[in-house]
Amino acid sequence: MGIVTESSQFHVLAVDDSLFDRKMIERLLQKSSCQVTTVDSGSKALEFLGLRESDDINDPNAPSTSPQTHQEVEINLIITDYCMPGMTGYDLLKKVKESAAFKSIPVVIMSSENVPARISRCLEEGAEEFFLKPVKLADLTKLKPHMMKTKLKKESEKLAKEENALLIPVIEEDSSVIEILPLSQELESEQHEPMLSSNKRKAMEEVISTDRSRPKYNDITTSV
Amino acid sequence: MNTVVAQLQRQFQDYIVSLYQQGFLDNQFTELRNLQDEGTPDFVSEVVSLFFDDCAKLINNMSRSLEQPENVDFKQVDSGVHQLKGSSSSVGARRVKNVCISFKECCDVHNREGCLRCLQQVDYEYKMLKTKLEDLFKLEQRILQAGGTIPQVDIK
Repeated sequence: MGIVTESSQFHVLAVDDSLFDRKMIERLLQKSSCQVTTVDSGSKALEFLGLRESDDINDPNAPSTSPQTHQEVEINLIITDYCMPGMTGYDLLKKVKESAAFKSIPVVIMSSENVPARISRCLEEGAEEFFLKPVKLADLTKLKPHMMKTKLKKESEKLAKEENALLIPVIEEDSSVIEILPLSQELESEQHEPMLSSNKRKAMEEVISTDRSRPKYNDITTSV
Repeated sequence: MNTVVAQLQRQFQDYIVSLYQQGFLDNQFTELRNLQDEGTPDFVSEVVSLFFDDCAKLINNMSRSLEQPENVDFKQVDSGVHQLKGSSSSVGARRVKNVCISFKECCDVHNREGCLRCLQQVDYEYKMLKTKLEDLFKLEQRILQAGGTIPQVDIK
């Protein structure tokens, strides 16, 4: 199995500049039955998501030239340390929430400092939870509903897409007029050829009882 | 019943309880042990080892920052204490964490003498804990080698 996009496990991206903390959060998440990817900075997190800082963050279709593009990997949650050199957890949160492609991913902030102003600022910016370190196993159970939300949303979106792929030809056929012409005209004209293949199929089905059987009746005049 | 194993297990139990009672360890260490399982039998020792490496490195850096009385980089010291406090808290290294609290207070008021005292104390505490935990892990190994399992210890 290579990179699996549809997995029954939640996949969490953990961001922390401290190796020690990365090891801790990784074990905590694994113990909570999550698949984990750890990175040591906010910029690496964005890279992993396939969202480079230089890209137009509002265009989900912007091609990424990075060979490390991981756009196929589905992340169900980002958990990040607040205090990091360069891009802080708050900065990362903002970037994720400003991105059209990734703003639906829940973000959780961790910090060893209990600063109420910091906590409310993060929550206001869209963080789902704010955990005080040391993070405990019990804290992570709070995350399941958030991850479930995005997973279900993604799955229903995928399902809707698949359904639409089947529905569209039918809708178009309904709106287009398929005339059942008298047999002679039907056989003669090639005008109906340029129909969409799916339209054609449906049209064939509609016409089948009359069109196809007609030649037969023509040939077999006596039998019923 | 293998009495050697039972004896070792008893020894282990008594030892770890004493570490809690003497304030070397707190509940967070229990959390750590609970994260370890058959699939990750070395988790605690690895994390603890990382912690001690961090201690040595941070203490060394802070020592240099505090060296010259006229030129103390308190920002750097504060950063070191912050990290040390965080990791000691995560590991359950209670005494180390407590020294860090005092250390931070000295740093906040730019008390170099106070900082130097705390630095010395934190160095002492982490080394002491390191020795204690090394003994604990050795006991664990002896139990495993004798064919026993590490007891689950309930610390009240």
